[in-house]
Amino acid sequence: MLKDQDRIFTNLYGMHERTLAGAKARGHWDGTAGIIEKGRDWIIQTMKDSGLRGRGGAGFPTGLKWSFMPKESDGRPAYLVINADESEPGTCKDREIMRHDPHTLIEGALIASFAMNAHTCYIYLRGEYIREREALQAAIDEAYDKGLLGKNAAGSDWDFDVFLHHGAGAYICGEETALIESLEGKKGMPRMKPPFPAGAGLYGCPTTVNNVESIAVVPTILRRGADWFAGFGRQNNAGTKLFAISGHVNNPCVVEEAMSIGFEELIEKHCGGIRGGWDNLLAVIPGGSSVPCVRGENMRDAIMDFDYLRGELGSGLGTAAVIVMDKQTDIIKAIWRLSKFYKHESCGQCTPCREGTGWMMRVMDRLMRGEAELEEIDMLWDVTKQVEGHTICALGDAAAWPIQGLIKNFREEIEDRIKAQKTGRLGAMAAE
Amino acid sequence: MLRRLHSEQPDSFAFTPANQAWAEAQITKYPEGRQASAVIPLLWRAQEQEGWVTKPAIEHIADMLGMAYIRVLEVTSFYFMFQMQPTGSVANIQICGTTSCMICGAEDLVAVCKEKIAGKPHTLSADGKFTWEEVECLGACTNAPMAQIGKDYYEDLTVESFTKLLDDLAAGRVVAPGPQNGRYAAEPKSGLTTLIDFDSGKTQYNASVQLAMDIKDGVKRIQGDEVPLLTPWVGKDGVVAGRAAADAPPKAPEAPKPAAKQAEEVAKAAPRKSDAAEPASPEGAAEKPAADGQSEEGQPEILKEARGGLADDLKLLKGVGPKLEQTLNELGFFHFDQIADWTEAEAAWVDARLKFKGRIERDGWIEQAKRLQVGDETEFAKRAKEEHIYDDKED
Repeated sequence: MLKDQDRIFTNLYGMHERTLAGAKARGHWDGTAGIIEKGRDWIIQTMKDSGLRGRGGAGFPTGLKWSFMPKESDGRPAYLVINADESEPGTCKDREIMRHDPHTLIEGALIASFAMNAHTCYIYLRGEYIREREALQAAIDEAYDKGLLGKNAAGSDWDFDVFLHHGAGAYICGEETALIESLEGKKGMPRMKPPFPAGAGLYGCPTTVNNVESIAVVPTILRRGADWFAGFGRQNNAGTKLFAISGHVNNPCVVEEAMSIGFEELIEKHCGGIRGGWDNLLAVIPGGSSVPCVRGENMRDAIMDFDYLRGELGSGLGTAAVIVMDKQTDIIKAIWRLSKFYKHESCGQCTPCREGTGWMMRVMDRLMRGEAELEEIDMLWDVTKQVEGHTICALGDAAAWPIQGLIKNFREEIEDRIKAQKTGRLGAMAAE
Repeated sequence: MLRRLHSEQPDSFAFTPANQAWAEAQITKYPEGRQASAVIPLLWRAQEQEGWVTKPAIEHIADMLGMAYIRVLEVTSFYFMFQMQPTGSVANIQICGTTSCMICGAEDLVAVCKEKIAGKPHTLSADGKFTWEEVECLGACTNAPMAQIGKDYYEDLTVESFTKLLDDLAAGRVVAPGPQNGRYAAEPKSGLTTLIDFDSGKTQYNASVQLAMDIKDGVKRIQGDEVPLLTPWVGKDGVVAGRAAADAPPKAPEAPKPAAKQAEEVAKAAPRKSDAAEPASPEGAAEKPAADGQSEEGQPEILKEARGGLADDLKLLKGVGPKLEQTLNELGFFHFDQIADWTEAEAAWVDARLKFKGRIERDGWIEQAKRLQVGDETEFAKRAKEEHIYDDKED
């Protein structure tokens, strides 16, 4: 198990001093100017060496992403946009950072912005997190007050502003180009790529969009060294990670652990085990609603990192939002609820997604009640394949995968339900 | 769900003075010409003030940000947090219904709402105090099931605690938000498994609950004076540091205004005081007190009505017609001596509100007023009187 000394978010639960003084006492804002003095190339190289992969779900290497930003300005300013639109069902890790350990994020924003030649950072926070917004803004105000932001931020000779912006309840704004559209005051409809944000993003200027957790871990990595961070987890899955475990465990919680921790260890150490014991485990969604579910028996020995979950189990780590379901759960209904979610959140721009999500939800609704034909399972599979990969952004894929996971792993349950409904109907007819 | 303007709309909308100041301060977050970026925060503040987003509010905000009405309307209808119909006078109860909450009992909470509030979502309860709706994932999944009420999250709910919560709210009692089962935040309920070495004893509440208990504005309609307005990003020199250092981003193409609005603008001539024409002035935003009781810098002395009920005929000033006279009266100017006393800064203040840039200086109002004030005639005044040039136009 990860030692407390190696945890980055030392005030994750907010039980300690939440002010700047408290953050400093825990080692944040220590020698920030010195880090910046080492220069852009050193920062980006260290981030690459640390092996940090983006914490927003896709797992793209953060250092590499930063290196796409233009080295010299062509007259346009550059922007860092922090994606705090945490809306993926199951995910609630960034909330804890923003309300309880906000200075990790603010310091990270300064360093990351410097590394990509940006003087301005916008944090796009989901609209529902109102108290979190107030808490984060209070921390930003305090940082300004103490000269850590603004002109010559933290004595680094770099002028830097952080602006807190918020959305108003649209999941799609977690997609980076939709987020940029929304930040410009429009509907959050994803843009075609290319051009990629690093070429033309916010206001048509070079922009990098990073997840909250990706930015918040930066100062600690740079202070303690790339090797320290890379020392956790398996090759190519480095670092520590916030896991958010919800559903049918005895003690749901958000916890920071080393990457590549075993699923069983994670649940036993922090969550007090599965409700009703390991034999009662039905299914797990290991990375937020967008990844396919995994059968419980395959999950017990799973390693929680990007490559294992994708390679061995055909799922994904996503945002490390683990949803655990025990055998009392109606798994078809649980996935139907996700279909409903995606139908509700489709922005309506691409036809396969706009029509497909509604279509899939209606079929799922009938499967849930068993009022369907067996052939419809294969038809639904076909439809998910026609939505997947045929839309501008990944929401279409995200809507398709949970259903594919359900059909792949729980086809028998679906068939049983249809048959039971049929025999029930037939039985009733015979009795007449 | 069909989202469109509600059939019944109020006649007008205005931010409270403190909310107006807050709104103007938000606009300074964005580069010049990009004020449209502030549309979501402003709409949200309008909803916090009124309980829902009304058509006049949409139009008011569109005018503030120089956006076409339809653009603001489409933003309003796109984002689900904007309520497009009236909500309960006490609160709109939002139950998270997505998978994590659903498998932990959100459906039971919805059943409570159906029983205690109304059979259908977005419908006022019999006493008008509550509405409810099921919303998508609110991002507090380890504290499932949960509900958002006003600004706050009520977490780890059960049917019993939720029922009691609704009763308490209806009775006007304040209930501490956050986990309702004795938990502190998102830690394991049975006790800490990590960060034990760092345990320094708890403050009473987690950060979210602490704010709620400090400000006590959970389900309140927000007036803007609950917390002081801070704009630390505007430096002491009135400059946003990062923006000064960077090059300016390319200007946004100006949105064409609808013909109806252009006509209206001419007719409307001048905004109220709260509609200050230069909301983006960072200096003003930084130094302006949150409560709008005092006069702004550069504001000349104004009167509520003409002294003795007898206003001077301001139309005798060259450049002032009936419309402008009316506008000046609305701003609080009735007499030549008021105008004669304007300083340069004060003239600029008035100029900013007339939407006829430079008119005061170009036509020499102050000079003219000085002469008329002491009974002198100006050439124009003489002609105006003799030829009755305004008489036939007035109606």
